[in-house]
Amino acid sequence: MFRIAVSTVAAVVFAASHIATVHAADTESVAALGPAAQQSLAALKAKYQRPTSIPFPSDNPYSVEKAQLGQMLFFDPRMSGDNYIACASCHNPALSWGDGLPRGIGTGMTKLARRTPTVLNLAWAELLMWDGRKPSLEEQALGPIQTDVEMNQNLDDLVKELSAIDEYKLRFTMAFPGEGLTGPNIGKAIATFERTIVSNVAPFDRWIAGDESAISPAAKRGFDLFNNKANCAACHSGWNFTDGAFHDIGLPSQDVGRYKELSLPSMMHAFKTPTLRDVDRRGPYMHDGSLKTLVDVMRHYNGGGIQRPSLSGDMKKLDLTKAEIADVIAFMQTLTSDDPLPQVPRLPVAPQPRREAAR
Amino acid sequence: MFKHILPALAFGMVVGYISVALAATTTVTQKDKKFSETEITVKKGDTVAFKNDDDITHNVFSTTSGMGFDLRTQKPGQTSEVTFDRAGKAEVRCAIHPQMKMYVNVTE
Repeated sequence: MFRIAVSTVAAVVFAASHIATVHAADTESVAALGPAAQQSLAALKAKYQRPTSIPFPSDNPYSVEKAQLGQMLFFDPRMSGDNYIACASCHNPALSWGDGLPRGIGTGMTKLARRTPTVLNLAWAELLMWDGRKPSLEEQALGPIQTDVEMNQNLDDLVKELSAIDEYKLRFTMAFPGEGLTGPNIGKAIATFERTIVSNVAPFDRWIAGDESAISPAAKRGFDLFNNKANCAACHSGWNFTDGAFHDIGLPSQDVGRYKELSLPSMMHAFKTPTLRDVDRRGPYMHDGSLKTLVDVMRHYNGGGIQRPSLSGDMKKLDLTKAEIADVIAFMQTLTSDDPLPQVPRLPVAPQPRREAAR
Repeated sequence: MFKHILPALAFGMVVGYISVALAATTTVTQKDKKFSETEITVKKGDTVAFKNDDDITHNVFSTTSGMGFDLRTQKPGQTSEVTFDRAGKAEVRCAIHPQMKMYVNVTE
């Protein structure tokens, strides 16, 4: 019989001890501000407090069995038709859960239409995919598995394939008592694992918690610009630096984005705001990877984007100086956290066929 | 001449007052990426004014069959009105911010 390690979930550990609390920092830089400015900075910082727990939906609550099973499935290349692409192939933990490419690559080295999004902090997402076409992580997980240009795996065939591996059957029974190995439960297990993928505390979070030495003066100036002159926080809001909303930011791309799902004028060329956690590590940028560096990104925003009817009402020419751009980038670099990497799971394999008895 | 106009005017004013009182306007505001109400009930013919009290752009709409509308993008401070002339339950959302959702119950 095989052992199933019920101990450590090798996914990114959500450290509850890293709850950020705002306390008045009594240091030079804060004391230099007048009382009104100090109060408004404290109020602004309060908007960036990290959450104290990960939300799980009531129809798919957390269990360690589900999370461990989901982690196995996430790393298992047999989830694809040709048995060589796993979720982790594109959503690579070593590259902050992306693939570092301008656009994803699917089965047969097919270049996909859009960039691979990160899986970081998706427990808080309302809708998934650049165009918001998946309403839950459970549904999203089953999407690329079945799409012909991505993993190209028929779901019913996948259930049969995994059912031939006893350890998978047992793990599904333990994770989903009374239900076992089904298509929907594959999605539920993967979603449960994905919800545990949370950005660790970054230097920015330590600053929010009161450590004035955690980030540089340039980054502090960048935080102010981010929330005011540069207007980034209009969309990249809160601790996860995303409003989970859809905006046309005026990029020169033909991709209609969310318009295909919701044909309102404002949704033409609109894409979901991504997180900025680990943004320094996750280039190239935009839905099509068309902007290589953060300087390119800042130049795009500084220019205001292509003026067209669908352009977001919150986009405008910024008139940032080179020094200000450098400060905003310095700030964004404080959002990189040293995330513990999950251990690659030992995947179950089917036993060897029994030898025929020697005659 | 005025003898006849004055009563007619008074009558018109009275009728006008009554018709304004029958069709009410309710205001729903958007602030901090939330609607001020999660559910309201109005009568058929009533108007709901959607006010953007936020510091970002919103786009209120509904795709509920027979009750659909699109208020287009509203900059901070803008108000747009919708008159609900069919009974039913309209699901109202913001196109930009998918987490913003509310219901308007329209009674006969």
